[in-house]
Amino acid sequence: MLQFTRRQALGTGAAAIATATLGLTVSSAHAANDSGDLINKFTGGKKPTEGKVKLDLPEIAENGNTVPMTVSVESPMTEASHVTDVLIVGDGNPNGGMATFHFSPASGVAEANTRIRLATSQNIIAVARMNDGSFYTVSKQVKVTIGGCGG
Amino acid sequence: MATAPKPRIKLDKKEAKKGDIVEVKALVSHIMETGQRKDAQGKTIPRKILNKFACTVAGKQVFAANFEPAVSANPYIQFKFKATESGPVVLTWTDDDGSTIVGEDKITVT
Repeated sequence: MLQFTRRQALGTGAAAIATATLGLTVSSAHAANDSGDLINKFTGGKKPTEGKVKLDLPEIAENGNTVPMTVSVESPMTEASHVTDVLIVGDGNPNGGMATFHFSPASGVAEANTRIRLATSQNIIAVARMNDGSFYTVSKQVKVTIGGCGG
Repeated sequence: MATAPKPRIKLDKKEAKKGDIVEVKALVSHIMETGQRKDAQGKTIPRKILNKFACTVAGKQVFAANFEPAVSANPYIQFKFKATESGPVVLTWTDDDGSTIVGEDKITVT
């Protein structure tokens, strides 16, 4: 008689499905992380002016693991007037810092795109430093349905 | 990951006139481990990310970036540069452990 292989190892698989509890915590209980300090350090204590910077992010991100983000700064990008650095921070991640972009007149256009992780719904803040030492900023709120920091 | 991943790089034009803006898109496969996650035993998985990126065209830096753990796995980056002279377009990513991933393309400026 033929003997069947044992197929009893199926039990463990089903447990993981129950974890998707759809925790839509869009309350603005912003865990204070180091984003404010990072901005202060970047600007040297100066208060950045609103404007010139544009952040392109989805209003609602379904998957916080990879959220496309475009930042652009209005500037002629000449030797005389250009953007040198752009700092991106988020106030709802375990660490505030996300990325810093460095531009020069050789960049031609101050624009960059990458994909970021968002642990929860939060404000993304971009701060641009100009070569004359002035700072411009913009912030944008993104709602996240599934966070990007879990297993 | 012992083998160095090969980055994918795409320029929106291979030939450009002087002063044209060229767009670069690049994707590299990397785990970008945040250092926040824990494994099954509750031990923290050590951070391992690409923390620096730089692009040079004909030897001159046109764009650079610093990445934090908030950058997604398999980081994608898109940026632009102004075409001034022909030459290699070299993209370099630096890992936390100091190793680098290098990708290269070229631009012809007429």
